[in-house]
Amino acid sequence: MIEFQLKVRRGSFQLEMECSLATPWTVVFGPSGAGKSTLLRLIAGLDLPDSGRIALDGRYLADTEIGLHLRPGKRSIGFVAQRPALFPHLSVSTNIAYGLISLTRSAQQERVSAMLDLVGAGHLIDRSPHSLSGGEAQRVSLARAMAPMPRLLLLDEPLSALDAGARDQLLMRLQAWLSEQKIQTILVTHDAADALATEAEVAMLSEGKLTALGPANEVLAAERNRLLARLKGV
Amino acid sequence: MDWQAFALTLKLSAITTAILLCIAVPLAAWLALGRSRLRALAEAITGLPLVLPPTVLGFYLLVLLGPRTGLGRAIASLLGHPLAFSFAGLVAGSVIYSFPFAVQPIIAGFASVDSSLIDAARLLGAGPFRLVRTILVPLAGRSLLAAAILSFLHTMGEFGVVLMLGGDIPGSTRTLSLVLFNQVENFDYTAANRTAAVLLVFCVLALVLVYARPRNLVAGPDGDRRGAAND
Repeated sequence: MIEFQLKVRRGSFQLEMECSLATPWTVVFGPSGAGKSTLLRLIAGLDLPDSGRIALDGRYLADTEIGLHLRPGKRSIGFVAQRPALFPHLSVSTNIAYGLISLTRSAQQERVSAMLDLVGAGHLIDRSPHSLSGGEAQRVSLARAMAPMPRLLLLDEPLSALDAGARDQLLMRLQAWLSEQKIQTILVTHDAADALATEAEVAMLSEGKLTALGPANEVLAAERNRLLARLKGV
Repeated sequence: MDWQAFALTLKLSAITTAILLCIAVPLAAWLALGRSRLRALAEAITGLPLVLPPTVLGFYLLVLLGPRTGLGRAIASLLGHPLAFSFAGLVAGSVIYSFPFAVQPIIAGFASVDSSLIDAARLLGAGPFRLVRTILVPLAGRSLLAAAILSFLHTMGEFGVVLMLGGDIPGSTRTLSLVLFNQVENFDYTAANRTAAVLLVFCVLALVLVYARPRNLVAGPDGDRRGAAND
């Protein structure tokens, strides 16, 4: 369970949020500029809040009152951004093994293969990041973030370069595997169809505030009706 | 041609460059990535030798390392001789004088590494040392090469600091720049021409090396496994 109470101001944008997410799969939904990515970066420890605290499964990761700020690598959080950010000088397999330094070489190789198979990219194992397409790079980036088996996985529109069919298929497979591994996941999207497809709890964000939290069918009822109306119109 | 001075100059430049790289890489990483409020002050101090006349720097070092200061006396008792007018003193002065030429290119190189790669490495558990070793250094390899060559050349050609701090002791502190100065002072223009030509050719060749950007010396775009993360 991830709990946070955060306040941050960046220029004219202000994010102020207090929330507790307990379901295994949460979709953070909202328009561009709502603060979705900022929220994920704060939870991951890549940005510092002006004030507030974050706790994962009861363990505090940050608390500005006592000056606690665990560095990102100590939080057991995986993060996949929209842009894959693969290390360009390392092969696909070395990229995925980067977070597995505590494992033996053979265990690393085993985990790398398993992760690549999971995201449907087993054939890319010896390739260079430069030779990958956008979708392939996103799959590898996803495998790299999951490889250390974090307790929380943050996905910031991680499959935007894949076509809708491949994306839905991969999301379903991931959802099943992550639930099996008990890895809580927060997926950011601004596509209502993504949120509805996963049947998850949805956190609706607008202008840096949490405006609704609940089952996808309830929170996104208006969005669903809009999508259906558009389909009927076609 | 004074080959003894030539060898001494090469030795001084090589030692200075090695020391500078050891100091400059962690300092540049801190300056490029850190959030400390002292960064501006540190950057200003780092760049000071660029604007300070070499003779002024040499004078202050001479005073600081001489027997009149506590530091100078402490070093003298530790080494058994004062640092001024010795090869070790020359190295100390050269390190300070060439400092910006090592640090600035490395800061620029580290700062040009995509911040999302740095974030990714930090999220995957890389501490500062591993981040520098496995991500920043391989991706800023050309900047490190430029820093090494610029530091080497700058040390080879220094004059003011060497004269003030080292004197002109053959075999100990007499570098090629001092030899050239002495030759001109003695109106031996033929010898001065040879010495100047050696310095000129050496500098041009080294700069060609910088601008040729030898791709085989740094991490290339082919995703090879040098500098692998877990080795």
